[in-house]
Amino acid sequence: MIELLATRWAYATFVFVMATGLYMMIASPNLVKKVIGLNLFQSAVFLFFIASAYVAGGSPAIVSSESTGPYVSPLPHVIVLTAIVVGVSLTAVALALIVRIYREYGTLDEGVLREVVDD
Amino acid sequence: MTDVVLPLLIAVPILAAVAPLLLSLRTSETGWYVAAVATAVEAGLAAVVLSAVYDGARLVHAVGGYPAPYGIELVGDGLSAPVVALIAVVSVGVVAFAYTGGPRRNSFYSAFLLLVGGLMGVSVTGDLFNMFVFLEITGLATYALVAADRSDRSAVAALKYLILGTMGASFFIIGVGYAFISTGTLNMVDLSSRLAGQYTARPVLASFAFIVVGLGLKAALFPLHTWQPDAYTYASDTVTTFISALVSTVAAYAIARVILTVFTVAFFEAAPLARWAVLTFATVSILAGGLLAVVQSEVKRMFAYSSVSQFGLVIAAFALATPDSVLGGVVHLVGHGLMKGGLFAAAAILAATHGARTVDDYARLGYRSPVVAGVVAVLGLALVGIPPSIGFLGKYYIAVGAVRAGAWPVALVVFLSTLLTLAYVARLLERLYFASPDAAPAPSLDAALADGGETEGESGADAAAPASSNAGDTRTVRSVSVGMIAVVGLAAVAVVALGFVSPGFETLLEPFLGGVFP
Repeated sequence: MIELLATRWAYATFVFVMATGLYMMIASPNLVKKVIGLNLFQSAVFLFFIASAYVAGGSPAIVSSESTGPYVSPLPHVIVLTAIVVGVSLTAVALALIVRIYREYGTLDEGVLREVVDD
Repeated sequence: MTDVVLPLLIAVPILAAVAPLLLSLRTSETGWYVAAVATAVEAGLAAVVLSAVYDGARLVHAVGGYPAPYGIELVGDGLSAPVVALIAVVSVGVVAFAYTGGPRRNSFYSAFLLLVGGLMGVSVTGDLFNMFVFLEITGLATYALVAADRSDRSAVAALKYLILGTMGASFFIIGVGYAFISTGTLNMVDLSSRLAGQYTARPVLASFAFIVVGLGLKAALFPLHTWQPDAYTYASDTVTTFISALVSTVAAYAIARVILTVFTVAFFEAAPLARWAVLTFATVSILAGGLLAVVQSEVKRMFAYSSVSQFGLVIAAFALATPDSVLGGVVHLVGHGLMKGGLFAAAAILAATHGARTVDDYARLGYRSPVVAGVVAVLGLALVGIPPSIGFLGKYYIAVGAVRAGAWPVALVVFLSTLLTLAYVARLLERLYFASPDAAPAPSLDAALADGGETEGESGADAAAPASSNAGDTRTVRSVSVGMIAVVGLAAVAVVALGFVSPGFETLLEPFLGGVFP
């Protein structure tokens, strides 16, 4: 177990951050905190991809005449770049919706919101 | 050269989505014309794909000229062609419906075209990460469309959908990550050959589980469906028609693609537990969705829960993974899109003309709006699976597949699902045609019918008829035209007519099924 954590700490961090984000989304009644949890969850996924690309002693995958391998895998980096763009747009839409909800109901608390909506 | 239509299917609507925003600088209601042209072009392109695939071709296009395992591949085959055709047909129908029904704001059509592009992308991509990107484009456009209604509840429903939908997409991408770590590739065909031989490795099993749960959330399978009834109920009626027909459909298509092309039937044989897990997930969804639909009083919500049940059926068909059941799954996927889209559109018309939102409001509408009520009856019975209709065809093939595979519990559940569907459809039909005359809130509604449903200004009439209190209901379409009734009528005709083309579906899917089941 200790050895696993010592050698695979990046993956352990991924699981920890993901679980934290998931917990925030479920447990926090505040809508903004839910979105922060969502961001944390997505960041954990980015970390997972970046960790998977790591090659011990590898240099950035910029091929030139001087540099000789090994290189870290560039494909996960590209994936994460795209996923970051997707994540930012999602956050923007989520915050826009939250602004509208706050304007209409004057609350960001999920419990209060449920009571108001059910009336 | 026909493979060029694949990137065009995606590029045309996404590029066209910019036009309404630019046009907004000068005019506010020209977006409809852009959408009409773009969806007409899409229909033409989809027809090319469908006819090429029908002739036995498998269209493949390497995006940007990068060859397959390194670059992104777009694929048109027997599984994607029917979905592409469905998206094109429903988009044209919804645009026609929106001409008088509204909304006519430019921004609506930008989101609409973006959604069409995303849906097409999910359907034709041959790359798992690319599928994630298109799923998220689809998701973003859908959240915006759900929130496009000005009512206060739609924003809450959209946010709930956004949080759950993003979680589903994140689960999907984690699953893709595990598959990528195990194989080093993202191309679906390449993945399937590299996964062979390590099916029972833990990362591969975890990958399958994450992908199915993530896409199951997007397809709204029980118990991951909680976003869906709210989103369908509180979105404006035009939007509900569109997203109910297509958004969950492509998520179910993605599950089929992942099961059949990426993990393949050999995976299910190596890890039978995975098949049983998906089958259990799907059958529970069929029963729970059906039961929840039966107890609903609001019509839109009832149809929403009905989708939970029908998608369970489709996923069960793909998880059975026999040639018959897969054929049935594809037929029911397409059929459900047409039937549910038509039902929501018909419900939108009834809501606009009579203010009817609940099952009780439907009392005797069969005599007031005979055509639209007739459409509801035909589509409802098709959903139950009464022949001749595409609903019968899909359920028949799925049941045959379940029986041939010896999966008796699934066969029983397919039968039970028919009974449950009958239970809620019959409730609606009983109200439409056989309600006692006193049940109908009569006088003021005749006025509502006479002037085409525009009773919002006459507060007196609304006060007299509690059932038609849609004065503050922003979801309702602006007005009803003959063209809109014609659109839902055509949907009903198509659903019945497609019940006769089972050889057509067999020819269409034959090469694909031959590849999946060697």
